[in-house]
Amino acid sequence: MSGGADRMNGYFSARDLAMHFGGIRAVEGVSFDVRQGEVFSIIGPNGAGKTTIFNMISRIYTPSAGSLHFAGQDITNIAPHKIAGLGIARTFQNIELFANASLLQNLLIGRHCHSTVPILSQLVFLPSVRRAEVEHRRRAEEVIEFLGLQRYRDQLIANLPYGVRKVVELARALCTEPKLLLLDEPSSGLNVEETEEMAFWIEDITKDLGITIIMVEHDMKLVTAVSDRVMALNQGSILAMGTSAEVQSDPEVIRAYIGGEPEPTSDSAAGAAPGDVP
Amino acid sequence: MSQLKTEYAQDLALARKPSSLAWYALLLVILLLIPQTLSEFYVGEMSFVFIYAIAGVGLMLLTGYTGLVSLGHAAFLGIGAYANAILLSEGVPFALSLPAAGLITAFAGVVIGIPTLRMSGLYLAIATLAFGSIVVLVTEKWSSLTGGFDGFPVPTPSVLGLVITAPTGVYYLALGVLVLVVLLAMNILRSPLGRALVAIRDREISAQSMGINLALYKTVAFAISAGITGLAGALFGLYVRHLAPDSFGVLLSIQLVTIVFIGGLGSLQGAIFGALFVAQLPQVIAIVRDDLPFGIGRMPGLEPSLFGLILVLVIMFEPAGIHGRWLKLKRWCREFPLHKRAAFRRQKTYAKTDRLR
Ligand SMILES: Nc1ncnc2c1ncn2[C@@H]1O[C@H](COP(=O)(O)OP(=O)(O)OP(=O)(O)O)[C@@H](O)[C@H]1O
Ligand SMILES: [Mg+2]
Repeated sequence: MSGGADRMNGYFSARDLAMHFGGIRAVEGVSFDVRQGEVFSIIGPNGAGKTTIFNMISRIYTPSAGSLHFAGQDITNIAPHKIAGLGIARTFQNIELFANASLLQNLLIGRHCHSTVPILSQLVFLPSVRRAEVEHRRRAEEVIEFLGLQRYRDQLIANLPYGVRKVVELARALCTEPKLLLLDEPSSGLNVEETEEMAFWIEDITKDLGITIIMVEHDMKLVTAVSDRVMALNQGSILAMGTSAEVQSDPEVIRAYIGGEPEPTSDSAAGAAPGDVP
Repeated sequence: MSQLKTEYAQDLALARKPSSLAWYALLLVILLLIPQTLSEFYVGEMSFVFIYAIAGVGLMLLTGYTGLVSLGHAAFLGIGAYANAILLSEGVPFALSLPAAGLITAFAGVVIGIPTLRMSGLYLAIATLAFGSIVVLVTEKWSSLTGGFDGFPVPTPSVLGLVITAPTGVYYLALGVLVLVVLLAMNILRSPLGRALVAIRDREISAQSMGINLALYKTVAFAISAGITGLAGALFGLYVRHLAPDSFGVLLSIQLVTIVFIGGLGSLQGAIFGALFVAQLPQVIAIVRDDLPFGIGRMPGLEPSLFGLILVLVIMFEPAGIHGRWLKLKRWCREFPLHKRAAFRRQKTYAKTDRLR
């Protein structure tokens, strides 16, 4: 479209993206391309601007500068509620499920972007509404089966353990039938086993469903296990981009991680430094 | 307790169990027989409860299910009442004036809904409060249309040759409208629309990322809520037979809010229980008034203060309202000898899936 073919050499692309909050430059001059079918990870210390990038893609924030393209379309100024319909779904860093609703209800809300029956026919619950509802239910059940959530189907989210809620958020995102999935720290708060399980889900989602993934993640083991490419971010700007191994051995990245951690935890900070993780 | 379901459509049924359907049918039969058995006074009182319940269901959709508090809903009641009465006096048949009153009020709901789209909580409460006062003011000043302070006499309507007189005619009419409105609300709640409203109430950002158009659905919620309240208003006009601007002021708005809070936010039954409570409270006050010590009974503003007090107490001690109490009572009865089982059930049930290699 406006940018021409050279600006869109990826399935998804961000060009010179910037986000300023008053004086804070949360994101500055970030450009990257994501290929169809790959897992693209974004790493970086706290406050690097990772979630802010996701919020710009979901149009919760409007970028201060730059542009976003997805599947050949400029999405920089699209209304936020239209993003799901275009095929971009996301999970949130601090689980944003509907806590007072059942798991099933949550997944059905994920189906919203596919509901086409007019509001007036919903008021009288025409047969067309019933048919559409049964179809939404069938799709939701497919996702429940895919992620092995059967036993929690009718439970309230508030009663589910944290690890399950993380999977439910993934399930709700899958219910929108996305082409591009944004995962914001899918393993945060999970134990080692749950994290391994999450790695399997992510692999299944790309391999079986062919969904492209952009993932923000701190756990370098998970990043290495699933990512095709990794981008390291610090203070809103790109430090390095490449394979997981390349990025982890980049001296700038190592410095950012060690320098960015507060003093008292310098021991564990060294442990968390990406360079130390094989 | 829970039955085995074999088809997805079963979860879409209006009543979860055939037995509850039977109970509702029985209740309806009893209500239909009331005018034949009870005195006019009680028939009138019941009509009043039905009218409040209709408005309660309307406000419940907005406040209880969409999470938008309105302190101006009396204005919609007033708009519905005046619209119906004015149309009737112009010779429009009641079969048209009643739905027209609902539509006009729904439009008024859009008019207040759109400018307040970005507001929530206290700001929305204040904006709707202001809206309510403006409507009262306009009703007072626009006397060529509304009769101003002198009020507006409501013509007695007729449907298919049947003259609708208070209390029996209004009783059946209000009951019929209430049943329709409850069915409408139940349809909304089992549709994508209802899910979208609840999603907006619980997590706006998340709802938006799932494709829910916040502006559209909030406006729709306002329109439907106002429209239903307008229908209640039209019936209210038939009930009181004479409209005056000050009947639709802040006190009535607070009564309506009390209905949904006392009934329990997010429950249709709650709206009806709440209406029963709020519509009958003034009667109770009138009865005990003279027996209260220290002349409290003769204090001006006793009724509004009592409504305020009850509202505060409910919000503090039973946020789930009458409906929440009822659910707790039911669970307690069901598990009576073993009611500790609930604690047992709440244990973490997470088990690993067996696909870990
Ligand atoms: N709405 C906002 N208003 C003001 N500042 C913001 C806002 N959102 C983010 N920021 C700031 O932008 C910077 C980047 O935040 P962001 O949430 O993107 O970090 P992050 O990389 O996701 O960090 P973490 O690993 O802790 O999740 C931070 O300094 C943050 O305080
Ligand atoms: Mg973040």
